[in-house]
Amino acid sequence: MKAKRINGWAIFWGFLAIAYFFLPMYGTLDFSLRMKRGVISLQAYQIIFSDPRFWEGFRYSTLAGLITITISVLIFVPTVYWMYLKVPNARPVVEVITILPFIIPGIVYVFGLIRTFSRPPLQVTLNPLTTDILIVVGYVIISMPYMFRAVDVGMRSIDVRTLTEAAQSLGSNWLQVLAYVILPNLRIAILSGALICFATVMGELILASFLVRPALGPYMQLLGLTKAYEPAALAIISYTLTWFSLGLIQFISRGGATQQVTGR
Amino acid sequence: MTRRKSGHTHPLIFFMSIIQSLLRTWRKHPLWNWLGLLPFFVFILFFLIIPSLNLFSGAFLNRSGELTLENMAVFRNSNVIKAYISSLQVSFMTAAIGSIFGFFVAYAVTIGNGPRWMRNVIMTFSGLAANFGGVPLAFAFIATLGRTGFITAILKSICFPGSEGVEVCPFNPYDYGFSLYSLTGLVLAYTYFQFPLMVLTITPALEGLKKEWKEASANLGASNWQYWRDVAFPVLTPSILGATLLLFGNAFGAYATAQALTGGSIPLVTIFIGQQIRGDVLGNPHEGYALALGMVVIMAATIVAYTALQRYASRWIRR
Repeated sequence: MKAKRINGWAIFWGFLAIAYFFLPMYGTLDFSLRMKRGVISLQAYQIIFSDPRFWEGFRYSTLAGLITITISVLIFVPTVYWMYLKVPNARPVVEVITILPFIIPGIVYVFGLIRTFSRPPLQVTLNPLTTDILIVVGYVIISMPYMFRAVDVGMRSIDVRTLTEAAQSLGSNWLQVLAYVILPNLRIAILSGALICFATVMGELILASFLVRPALGPYMQLLGLTKAYEPAALAIISYTLTWFSLGLIQFISRGGATQQVTGR
Repeated sequence: MTRRKSGHTHPLIFFMSIIQSLLRTWRKHPLWNWLGLLPFFVFILFFLIIPSLNLFSGAFLNRSGELTLENMAVFRNSNVIKAYISSLQVSFMTAAIGSIFGFFVAYAVTIGNGPRWMRNVIMTFSGLAANFGGVPLAFAFIATLGRTGFITAILKSICFPGSEGVEVCPFNPYDYGFSLYSLTGLVLAYTYFQFPLMVLTITPALEGLKKEWKEASANLGASNWQYWRDVAFPVLTPSILGATLLLFGNAFGAYATAQALTGGSIPLVTIFIGQQIRGDVLGNPHEGYALALGMVVIMAATIVAYTALQRYASRWIRR
């Protein structure tokens, strides 16, 4: 009797949650298909897919995302590896540093970047290429909490010391240990970090918007100000992209939820 | 200066040998290993620490570069106060709603024994939705609860035949002061990522509630209510408070959703800072830095309290 009542509550809250998840999804999908009055059509999607600015933003953000992932892996894998192997004492310091992007909101961070890098002696925002480098570096910082935690969790699950000693006794140098032993063992962790990194970059608005580069985020915002149906279609496209990336993480890490805070 | 007794050693060679032995002990010293972390620290220093410190130091300088506290006058500016109040309101409301709602949902999928498929759906979507925000979230809510959104349309179409044959459609929420493009709308939209974050953070704590505690309290004659009031809830309190703080910080720093939903018409601190970056609305860039510093102080306090509470809570969760 009692157990049944509790179960009823569980189902009530569960359905409420599922409704909160799906109603906005449904609303967006429905709205995106109603551009032509009275009929269901894909016109809003066609308009977006034939807009060169969409493809420009898409290309820009994809490329920025891939470079961000590469730099993040190159920085965080050796760092976390070294921390596990040689300086476990550094963990509290490194952990605090990797939380910093949560404490410093995105808008404050970009404010700091602009104050530092858009005036002499380090004026890099005059030229598109150096601005792009700055943006990618900013993306690495913003996605650092996710990447660090992903690599950290992966490193925890392997026996770093034994693997290293085994590889060294077979004659590997440090670079070989990292590239042929540690990296392959971390591939799932790195992949999940990379995907969340990618999702972050694809949806990022603040850096690209304030440093004025043609990424996907500013394009979305502009579309939202001027159009009615296309933003809904774009939201569906963006959902699909993000959720595909994040869903893939949950699939490859077998339900180990990506328990992170996000910077928005 | 004392001369060495063994006179035939040249001072320079002696000096070098000291340096060498110092280097040898230094190499064996654990601190030497920290050098391996140098690339990471340099990267962080240049692209996170220096830009942040540069900003915060700006808050304590005047236009001619002298140390001053006069920029703190920005916190007496009525627009700034309004921005802080609305930011705090939105963060507080979404943290409260998100954590209460999220707690019940987490309860439903853990101890509540909800159906298995429901648990899978909710846990998966929490992982997704907690990381979802920004501009598309605003679009989704406009399509759902905006003036022409589909829930608004459904509510509008509920009509009753009123007196004298006129149809009365009492449920257009926009006739009753509701607007998505307001603080209320922002709270609704933020809840979309807030409650899933609560589900994710509180689930381990709920799973950490041991069956033995429940059985022990039942053996001592406690009712279900007494178990919750005297055992489960006190154990969970630090986790719940910590998670609520996390949600608070999460909402406090949010920018993109609010910007896309309201076009910047809502006075949030983040929006205000955005306007300050674009066009120096305060008329003094240094007051803008003070504004940003104020945000970071609040965020830092929140995260520090969260970490402390998590640590306190983890005594019970550790198995």
